[in-house]
Amino acid sequence: METLKIEPTDDSPFVVLDPENNRFEISGKSLPEDVVVFYQPVLDWLTAYKKEPNTKTEFTIKLIYFNTASSKLILDILMIFEEMVEEGHNVLIKWLSMQSDEDMQEAGKEYEEMIDVPFGHITYEL
Amino acid sequence: MGFSDNSKGFINYIYDRYKDLKIKDISLVFEGQVTHQVMKALTGLVEEQLDEVEEYMVLRRVYHVMVESLQNINRHAESYEYRGHPYPGMGLILVAKNSERFQVTTGNIVDNGYVEDISMFLGKLNNMDSDRLDDLYKQQLRDGVLSPKGGAGLGFIDIKRKTGNPLDYSFVKIDEETSFFIFTSTISR
Repeated sequence: METLKIEPTDDSPFVVLDPENNRFEISGKSLPEDVVVFYQPVLDWLTAYKKEPNTKTEFTIKLIYFNTASSKLILDILMIFEEMVEEGHNVLIKWLSMQSDEDMQEAGKEYEEMIDVPFGHITYEL
Repeated sequence: MGFSDNSKGFINYIYDRYKDLKIKDISLVFEGQVTHQVMKALTGLVEEQLDEVEEYMVLRRVYHVMVESLQNINRHAESYEYRGHPYPGMGLILVAKNSERFQVTTGNIVDNGYVEDISMFLGKLNNMDSDRLDDLYKQQLRDGVLSPKGGAGLGFIDIKRKTGNPLDYSFVKIDEETSFFIFTSTISR
C-alpha cells in the first residue's frame, strides 16, 4: 500500500501511515474546521489497510490537543483497529501524553475502556 | 491633531470601558463574527502562554473551553439581519481572571424554540457527579452523530466534566423569536 502522509498545520495533526517502514502515527493538534474532510482520507486508508495489514501494527497517537468534534473521529479510527483485532491481527495503540497533561492521559484511558484493542500508555516530559 | 471637541462623549466612553475592564480583571473581549480563523486567533492568545508549566493544565482547560464555546457560537448562533444582510455566527466572548479562577463567558442569539432545551440540558449537567458525566460523555461519543455543522454534541458535557464547576447560564428575551444566551464556565486555578 502507498504511504499516506499529511503535513501538520496550526489546526490539524501530522499523519503518517507507512506500512513499508512500519510507521503509523498521528501527532500534534486537532481542531480542523471540518473534521470529516480532514479525517476521511485517514479512515479510507485504514479501511483498505485492514484487509491486508502487517504482522504487527503499532499505532502511535501523540496529540497535544484535540477538540470534542475530533474525539468522535479518533474513536472511528480506533474502531477500525478493533475490527483488525477481531479478525485476529496484532495491534497495539501507543497513547503518548505529556507528563503534566492529566486530561490527555485520562482521554487515553477512556478510549481504552471503550474499545477492545491493547493500549500502551506512555508519558513524556516536554 | 486631536479629537474634535464634540468627541468628548466618545473619549469618555472608551476610557470608562477601559477602566471597567481593568476593575473586573477582564483580559479579553471580542464581539463579532466567530469564524474558524477568529476562533484560532483568540484561542492562540491563551496558547502562547502554555509554556508556563506550573499552570499548564489550567491554561489548557481555559483554551479548551474557549475552543468549544467559540465553536458553539460558530455553529449555532442565530443569525440576525441588519440592513438586509444576514450575520451568521455572531457573538461575544469575554475572559476574566483573578487569583482563584478563570471565567470564560460567551453571549449569542438563540431561537426561543431552543431556550428550554438548552436550559434543561445545562441544568441536568449541573446535577450530575463526575462518574455520570463521564458515562454520558462516552455514551454520546459512541452513539452521537456529527451534525451537518460538524458538532458532536459533546462540548457542554466536556466543559462541565473538565472544569468540575457549575455552569452559569441565562437567557435575556430580545423579542418573540429570539433571546440572548449568556453562558459562563469557571476554571479553578
